[in-house]
Amino acid sequence: MHASSKTTNTHADISAYPSHWKRPPVFIQRAWLRWAIGLAALLWFVLALGTIEVNWTRVAEGLERGWRFIKGFLTPDFTTRWSDISKGLIESLTMTLTSTVVGVLLSVPVGIGAARNVAPKAVYYVCRSIIAVSRSLQEIIIAILFVTMFGFGPFAGFLTLSFATIGFMAKLLAEDIEDIDEKQSEAIRATGASWLQLINYGVQPQVMPRLIGLSLYRLDINFRESAVIGIVGAGGIGATLNTAIDRYEFDSAGAILIIIIAVVMVAEYSSGYVRRWAQ
Amino acid sequence: MLSVSNVSKTYAAGDKALDDVSFTIPSGQVVGLIGPSGAGKSTLIRCVNRLVEPSSGTITLGDTPITGLSAGELRAVRRRIGMIFQEYALVERLTVMENVLSGRLGYVSFWRSLLRRYPSTDVQKAYALLDRVGLIDHASKRADALSGGQRQRVGIARALEQDPELLLIDEPTASLDPKTSRQIMRLLIEICNERQLPAIINIHDVVLARQFTERIIGLQAGRIVFDGPPSELNETVLTKIYGEEDWTTLDNESEAA
Ligand SMILES: Nc1ncnc2c1ncn2[C@@H]1O[C@H](COP(=O)(O)OP(=O)(O)OP(=O)(O)O)[C@@H](O)[C@H]1O
Ligand SMILES: [Mg+2]
Repeated sequence: MHASSKTTNTHADISAYPSHWKRPPVFIQRAWLRWAIGLAALLWFVLALGTIEVNWTRVAEGLERGWRFIKGFLTPDFTTRWSDISKGLIESLTMTLTSTVVGVLLSVPVGIGAARNVAPKAVYYVCRSIIAVSRSLQEIIIAILFVTMFGFGPFAGFLTLSFATIGFMAKLLAEDIEDIDEKQSEAIRATGASWLQLINYGVQPQVMPRLIGLSLYRLDINFRESAVIGIVGAGGIGATLNTAIDRYEFDSAGAILIIIIAVVMVAEYSSGYVRRWAQ
Repeated sequence: MLSVSNVSKTYAAGDKALDDVSFTIPSGQVVGLIGPSGAGKSTLIRCVNRLVEPSSGTITLGDTPITGLSAGELRAVRRRIGMIFQEYALVERLTVMENVLSGRLGYVSFWRSLLRRYPSTDVQKAYALLDRVGLIDHASKRADALSGGQRQRVGIARALEQDPELLLIDEPTASLDPKTSRQIMRLLIEICNERQLPAIINIHDVVLARQFTERIIGLQAGRIVFDGPPSELNETVLTKIYGEEDWTTLDNESEAA
């Protein structure tokens, strides 16, 4: 009986139904308003473009200097300034490694505290604030601050990178903890486990591979950042690079850039390897 | 012995999941809890170990009132109650042995559990249980390398590692094929009989419930509408629990089984 009523249904005249369907507009229902806003945005863009002053003689000079830079890059000079470069590189690597280790270690408690599903409300808000402050200040701004506080050199760089690592790692760790499979942690809770045991058995195994992957990722971000913050006085290879460019020694600068690229590439390949192992 | 009296649960969203539920389970009795989806079966067994906080009513295990315990006391009572889950709820990236040993978390200190240095009696018991459920060769495998039936066996071993006085079992067979389901049910019943362990088995399959349990509680929209031996579970009762449906085929099936 069921089957027969179904067949009559499919046999009903299909041409009675509409043959077109259009997806309703997502943002703005009225067509004229949509067009008006689009046109206004375009006009704004064109006008804004017009206000940017271009000094063509400076552009020509810049292009010429850019060309010298490219030539320097193509004929890198590792030897002339090698002692400066190696000192800067070692400083940067030390700064990177120490700040990543310290930053990750500090970010673990902050990240756990910032995960809604395992932390009490009060702790959650405190940890989220720490993350917000750490993330809202860009590395260069923090570096300038620490350089004025503690003077030029890698110590300011170390503090800067540690501070930035906390915000970055804690935020991603907290999100990962909030996404865990609650069934697994609930089963641990049901055995009578304490809070620390719950974290160790119910949460840690689920977030560990990603934590390792992110730490390695942060390691190479920190290396790249160490080159940037060196320019504002926080030591490392960035400081060496800055000096080289100031002296128009583009061949030494080229050598430094090549070294930075090489280090990042090594980090990239080895982190892929470690990540596979961590699964 | 477990006694549940006048327990109600209203979720924050306003759904009344349990409405004045009362029953007692003497030691050694295995109870099948049946009812349609959304009847409140999971809510009820979760109220017993307070994974869900009951809105009113009292629950006592032996002499311990479970409702109204502090966090520390709650830990101590949770370790006396073993729980087995539909989707096994093993910690996937830990080994089988670690999963079984996690049944002792309520007994050992944080440092011991962190360093996986459990007392030797705990380790021996874990091996014995793995042997009992037929998985002694898999102790060092990771839980996510096992099949569904094997995982559920690990789940059973974990619950028993707690030396529980009560088992709460939430749809142990819903993710398993019919043959494995029967094997798991048989294992559970045997274990409960061996240890005189009372259990609540929350189950969708009426045929299995009839076949394996000695008492059935029928839940419908948060209320108990049937409480009696499987033999009294006739068409009228099934209609009361699940609503109007042709139940004759089910009867034939269970007779054939
Ligand atoms: N965490 C929750 N928050 C709000 N409402 C919930 C929650 N868990 C369950 N409910 C509601 O409580 C009622 C009972 O749910 P419960 O999971 O106990 O039913 P069940 O009998 O186990 O169903 P099933 O057989 O599908 O597992 C349902 O109406 C459900 O929507
Ligand atoms: Mg359920």
